[in-house]
Amino acid sequence: MSEEYNDNKTVHAQSSETISGGRSGVAPDIDYVRPAEIPEQDLYHGHSFITKWVFCQDAKVIGVQYFLLATFTGIIGLILSWLMRLQLGFPGAAGFMTAEHYYQFVTMHGMIMVVYFLTALFLGGFGNYLIPLMVGARDMVFPYLNMVSFWMFFIAVLVLLSSFFVPGGPTGAGWTLYPPQTILEGTPGSGAGILLMCLSLILFVAGFTMGGLNYLITVLQARTRGMTLMRMPLTVWGIFTATVLAMLAFPALLVGALMMSLDKVLGTSFFMPTILKAGEVLEYGGGSPILFQHLFWFFGHPEVYIVALPAFGIISDLISVHSRKNIFGYRMMVWAIVGIGGLSFFVWAHHMYVSGMNPWFGFFFATTTLIIAVPTAMKVYNWILTLWRGNIRMNTVMLWCLGFIVTFVNGGITGIFLGNVSVDVPLSDTYFVIAHFHMVMGIAPLMVIMGAVYHWFPLVAGKFLDEKLGKWHFWLTFLGAYSIYFPMHYLGFIGVPRRYFEMYDSPYMTSAVGMNEFISLAAFLVGAAQFILIYNIIRTLKVGKPAGHNPWQACSLEWLTPKVPPEHGNWGDRLPVVHRWAYDYSVPGAKEDFITQTTAPSEVANTGVEKT
Amino acid sequence: MHPGIIFFLVILGSILFHIFTPWYWTDVASNWGGMDDTITLTFWIGGGVFIAVCLFMVYCVFKFSYKEGRRAEYKPEDKKLEKILTWATTIGVVALLAPGLVIWNNYVNVPKNAIEVDVMAWQWGWQYRLPGKDGKLGTTQVVNINDNNPFGINTDDPYGKDDVMIQSDVLNLENNKPVKILLRSVDVLHNWYVPQFRAKMDAVPGIVTYYWFEPNKVGEYEVLCVEYCGVGHYAMRGGVIVQSDQDYKNWLEQQETYSDLIAKQQNKEINKKKLAKKIN
Repeated sequence: MSEEYNDNKTVHAQSSETISGGRSGVAPDIDYVRPAEIPEQDLYHGHSFITKWVFCQDAKVIGVQYFLLATFTGIIGLILSWLMRLQLGFPGAAGFMTAEHYYQFVTMHGMIMVVYFLTALFLGGFGNYLIPLMVGARDMVFPYLNMVSFWMFFIAVLVLLSSFFVPGGPTGAGWTLYPPQTILEGTPGSGAGILLMCLSLILFVAGFTMGGLNYLITVLQARTRGMTLMRMPLTVWGIFTATVLAMLAFPALLVGALMMSLDKVLGTSFFMPTILKAGEVLEYGGGSPILFQHLFWFFGHPEVYIVALPAFGIISDLISVHSRKNIFGYRMMVWAIVGIGGLSFFVWAHHMYVSGMNPWFGFFFATTTLIIAVPTAMKVYNWILTLWRGNIRMNTVMLWCLGFIVTFVNGGITGIFLGNVSVDVPLSDTYFVIAHFHMVMGIAPLMVIMGAVYHWFPLVAGKFLDEKLGKWHFWLTFLGAYSIYFPMHYLGFIGVPRRYFEMYDSPYMTSAVGMNEFISLAAFLVGAAQFILIYNIIRTLKVGKPAGHNPWQACSLEWLTPKVPPEHGNWGDRLPVVHRWAYDYSVPGAKEDFITQTTAPSEVANTGVEKT
Repeated sequence: MHPGIIFFLVILGSILFHIFTPWYWTDVASNWGGMDDTITLTFWIGGGVFIAVCLFMVYCVFKFSYKEGRRAEYKPEDKKLEKILTWATTIGVVALLAPGLVIWNNYVNVPKNAIEVDVMAWQWGWQYRLPGKDGKLGTTQVVNINDNNPFGINTDDPYGKDDVMIQSDVLNLENNKPVKILLRSVDVLHNWYVPQFRAKMDAVPGIVTYYWFEPNKVGEYEVLCVEYCGVGHYAMRGGVIVQSDQDYKNWLEQQETYSDLIAKQQNKEINKKKLAKKIN
């Protein structure tokens, strides 16, 4: 026992030396950190252009690849939304727009934004870039698999987009793909379109599983010395929990897509009952359309949190850094993330209150859904309590954070309407639902993505994005998006149904015309405003102000690499050693208003720092 | 301008919009006014939380904007505050959930005296069937459906013979009489929804689903399909006419029953044969 302890001491003395730049004398016991349990990872260093930038095994490059490809598909989704809004606001203005096209655009917009944009961006993009840096690893634990993961995603996107060019076009079944209409005549793209959609989803899930295993095992196994789970930044907690959800939820989507393909190609009847179409009884029978809905939403609801949890994590870190204050109630935040993640598997059928499933389920799912509001509300309180008595920098990053709080609370509260089973009855399938989920899982996560881009761009590129352009970008996006979705709820109250190619001409709905025009104009503006960011990035890369080391004075590890931007392997000769959580801001008695995670306790011995 | 001012104006604007909006519920025309009440309650509690959180945020932004040399407070946790907030939220959530569940309990328990209406959906239209004098609907099967049997009634089911068949997309209902809507579809998902009645449910091929309501305002209403059902979804509309006691009875008497239809078909056959004989 004592021998072992002595060994540890040697290791610890070494590490302390590296951190404090060769301080002499024996380091005190308070700086002791347990030695590493596994040897360091061997990395494959690419030398050619192709191995360095194309088939690359560096998580950071893969993260950027994910980010760029997801953004590219996101722009396609954005353009589709413009076309939809053009039709809704100004029917007939686009001559080519038929009902078929409209439904195809609706479907592709939804699927692209939820899966190929948000999920890929948060987990593939931010996950890959940030996890190894934030937990002090040199890379993901399976770099080769990580590379394959991205290229599977690439092929999935190609297959998805190729459906625009097959006979019949892409599927127009709505992003929920509810059978039987999905694979029957009468729905656009019910031939090749839907099969390509199913294939693309299957490829996406396969590729995503490779990436997901990487994120999980890296977080569990490759954290550096001293980085306990309860010292990890909330960003990592969010991405980690979201990945656990994805690993459990995506298989349901996979089997759903597979069974649907079989119904289409082999004529099985998983989801197909006896059907009479154009006077003829089809060769299906005995299947259950509601079974697909259960499979879809068993994936679909956790999917909401697969997007939301990384956003929760990231926003916590951004608010904390730019308020110069620790995140309020860190442990509560961690348990809230884990709790929300667990609960998210018991609420799926709140999407199905009026689906025709046994109505008695309504009691159970309304209760579980409203329970999930409690940990979610706790997170909101803790964000604003982090601002309380902070020292808030009113920069672009903080603006996106504040925009997130407003849109997320707004969307969260409309979620309570929809989750409360009998209130959902009049509102489901109306524009209230559209407004709700765009606010809570469209705009709010987008605010986080943008905040994160402005926050971490100096790390990725070594230069600050332009603040002035950033502020224009923020205000146009926030005010524009809010004026799209806030009034849209009220269309739902009137009773305007979703997925209507033409708005209703009933006397009590004509009042919606003016609002639809307004919403469309706002949507054009918000979409266009996103190109400010692209311009900002290009300009910054050319003439941007160099950021230097740790420009935001942050505590967390990703800013503490020897080189900025970090190189392959991240940490130079020695891995960092972690002594504290990622939130020691404004510690009384400390020289500066932040203490980095690698600062040894003996260096800040006379401050009021709490042990973490 | 301080960004806090704009955020404040956004909150203020939201409140004013809600108060003065010309876009709001159509007047409720069924017994489900309780749904509107729960929504109003949710607006008060949820809206209150939204306003409180956002105003607190705006206050912090004003009060604690960055000042060189000032230190933020260092206080990682406040267990007491967190406990208070957790319980307050839980109470709020229970206050919203309870009335919601009570109404849902009414929604799934159909009154005994409700008149059953068979609502049959297809791409893209509706037709309706009412029980005849026996008060019971005959059983149906999709495979039975043809020109002579538009509802696919099982011919050996005695309850089916006197069923009233309304081959129109407009359904007449009696005011202040509960109706149990039995939904079925012969092809894909549909949903029979009248905004003024508030209630809705999907029609699912292969099974019969239901919901109920009691219309309480005489008038004409439009039926919308609100579950996406293919390219004609937006055009799939129908109608409901809610009538007083006497008007409804008069209307009902004019409707054809299944046995009327069978008789008519048989007459047609006979006439055809007679005609054939004459020509020969």
